[in-house]
Amino acid sequence: MTKALLSGNEAVAEGVRLARAQVVAAYPITPQTTIVEKLAEMIGERSLSAEFIPVESEHSAMAASIGASLAGARAFTATSSQGLALMHEMLHWASGQRVPVVMANVNRALAPPWNVWVDHTDSMAQRDTGWIQIYAETNEEVLATILQAYRVAEDPEVLLPTMVMLDAFVLSHTYMPVEIPSQEAVDQFLPSYRPVVRVEPGTMQLFGSFSPPDLAYMEFRHDMASAMQTAHRKLIQAGRDYARVLGGQPLGPIDEYRTEDAEVLIVALGSLAAAARDTVDEFRREGRKVGLARIRVFRPFPEEEIRALGSRVQSLVVVERAHSFGSGGPVATEVRSALLDIPSRPAVASYIAGLGGREVTPRHLRALVERAIRKDVPREAWVGVKEVIA
Amino acid sequence: MAKLTIPSEEYQVGGHAACPGCGAALAMRYLLKGLGPQAVVVIPACCWAVIPGAMPGTCLRVSTVFSSFESTAAMASGLKAGLRQTGRGDVPVVGFAGDGGTADIGIQALSGAAERNEDFLYVCYDNEAYMNTGIQRSGSTPAFSWTTTTPHGLEKHTPKKDLPMILDAHHIPYIATLNPSFPEDFVAKATKAARFKGTRYLHVLADCPTGWKHDPSQMVEVGRLATLSHYWPLYEIDQGRLKITWSPSNPIPVEKYLRSQGRFKNVTPEEIAQIQQTVDERWHALQERASRDQKSPERIEVQSETPASSVPHSVHPVSETVIVHPNEPFPSR
Amino acid sequence: MTVKLHGRALSEPMAWTSTAEDSTAGSWRNQRPQLIEAKCTGCNVCWKFCPEPAIDIVGKKVAFDLNVCKGCGVCAEVCAPGAIEMVPEESA
Repeated sequence: MTKALLSGNEAVAEGVRLARAQVVAAYPITPQTTIVEKLAEMIGERSLSAEFIPVESEHSAMAASIGASLAGARAFTATSSQGLALMHEMLHWASGQRVPVVMANVNRALAPPWNVWVDHTDSMAQRDTGWIQIYAETNEEVLATILQAYRVAEDPEVLLPTMVMLDAFVLSHTYMPVEIPSQEAVDQFLPSYRPVVRVEPGTMQLFGSFSPPDLAYMEFRHDMASAMQTAHRKLIQAGRDYARVLGGQPLGPIDEYRTEDAEVLIVALGSLAAAARDTVDEFRREGRKVGLARIRVFRPFPEEEIRALGSRVQSLVVVERAHSFGSGGPVATEVRSALLDIPSRPAVASYIAGLGGREVTPRHLRALVERAIRKDVPREAWVGVKEVIA
Repeated sequence: MAKLTIPSEEYQVGGHAACPGCGAALAMRYLLKGLGPQAVVVIPACCWAVIPGAMPGTCLRVSTVFSSFESTAAMASGLKAGLRQTGRGDVPVVGFAGDGGTADIGIQALSGAAERNEDFLYVCYDNEAYMNTGIQRSGSTPAFSWTTTTPHGLEKHTPKKDLPMILDAHHIPYIATLNPSFPEDFVAKATKAARFKGTRYLHVLADCPTGWKHDPSQMVEVGRLATLSHYWPLYEIDQGRLKITWSPSNPIPVEKYLRSQGRFKNVTPEEIAQIQQTVDERWHALQERASRDQKSPERIEVQSETPASSVPHSVHPVSETVIVHPNEPFPSR
Repeated sequence: MTVKLHGRALSEPMAWTSTAEDSTAGSWRNQRPQLIEAKCTGCNVCWKFCPEPAIDIVGKKVAFDLNVCKGCGVCAEVCAPGAIEMVPEESA
């Protein structure tokens, strides 16, 4: 175990190196680019014995990753925003084909207008693709999550691709101290990939062939749904095993902070949670019962955990960097849905904040929590929208 | 019994879902004869996504990976890298896509893979329209051909994309045009292509009686007319050097080819003259290139596993087989 | 229909091992090839051009697999000695 100052993107690359990925297919996009640059450098200097496929698009990056994984190799790719949107079709292909590809997505706003800063709309728009989705808060968690992602994705009872999210610039380009585990310890936690089925020449295998309504299409989908349920349990176990073998706190689907007697909970994803911790500390110093529930795993959605938390509090303040036009905040929607039928249902405030990298400070969050304490719980409100001068 | 001129081994089982008289079915049958049973085939959305049959059935005796429409070359790139990483780098990977999946939606991935010289064989079976969706025009549809999106009055006036030449501009080790009506030439080129490392490209003119509007029984004859008229010349570009592999001693007018199919029933004499002119120009350009290339030393340096010869031999055991090359046209009645 | 994959139900990538032996392609046919044995020279050209394949080359003369033959008529067209005749199904 060594400690180093790493950017979020370097933490991804370090995680991929420790995971001994075998095929890296990637295409540049800001702010992801430095991940694949670092991986190319590692492969060039032979500290990672993988093949690098410098594909001509993100769509091909995912297609090549799927191909490599079908052959039984551990595959990795990374993207952001427009690149993830371009991959959309192949995200479904990866999960339908049950290949345990791991991908880092540096959360960035979608154009137009062009904007390269943090925003979760890119990955939220992919929530129904059958990928496990994990949002990291710190660079150390980024590294740990890459390793846990492979472990869960490759589990024969799961076999679902996994997306690890980190916020543009706030994590991707910000240097933080990161504990880097030893290769020996990582090898113990994450043995080499042993595919249940891989492409075997000279056989009559079919991968993804035509399936009419009365054949197995629906059964395949049902099996994916079950695998996603199983992934919830496997993710908790992977977090525990990681802490046991490699150290640190066990990371689960929800990261709770000072929730023990909380009356109001801030619900946030990714680096927003770091600001929320300051807000929580400030309220606590004033003797007010405020806590934080950071949703780390968004798919499979941690419904049970949200229900358990919801039954203990008066209100939840969901602050998120995404919006589903014509519906609302996707996180708030799912939180409300999870809480719908619990006996003492708390109020759920939904705030859309920080789109396109707009700053969200502890002061902003404090104002939102104070509204909740005053029982002012908006169905949907946008934080910090300026009057646009035409 | 007469000696066979193509390998007797079959890696395609009858009873598949291709239309009667399907040229693409014959193309796959010949291709696998040339490649052998170790090939792993990547098939995107196209007729061949359906022809093997509904799961869990298949008519192919090889491992088959299905890919999205535009991803054949990218999926094949990853598959080959994965096979190398799992110690199976000698397994031949083959992309098998239609003309829409190659000339249109898949050209980006194909061009990227060819530029990287990814180690796989890409086969385009060109039936000159989107046949699996029901005969819509593609970038490979010839001028003045009927399709459901180029109905009478809205015909395509531009010639088809010259894909082999687009691939030639990528400087890949081996490119060839094929025609199922010339099985010996077809199998020989498939076998030869298998021997190179890097991206290899085979372009097959694959008759579609359903879309070309003629009786299925005429499939082989229509294909024969295509090459006899120079509409579909048979050539190969071996490490940058173009060679015409078979040509008719007395070429027929292209009109005879066009008149063999209902899709050209509305072409006017002026349009036929225009098509004939295009065909002649292309043929002369090919001849010039061939004579230039055969005189010049090898233009590009590419790695070849074994020295390429003009009389290729099968890479896998073939019983009772004599490969005849250059092609002997089948006996006509 | 119970779907099994390598002994485990459905929790693996889509990989199947099977054949098309239960195909009903032969039922598409509205005409069938008939061999005029006296004219057959055993040249195998019919076998060579069959897009299924549905023609057997074992033995001296050809045999048609009517389970899978779709009756396209290519074999009759390419047969130089005219040893194959296409017969409508109703009169076969």
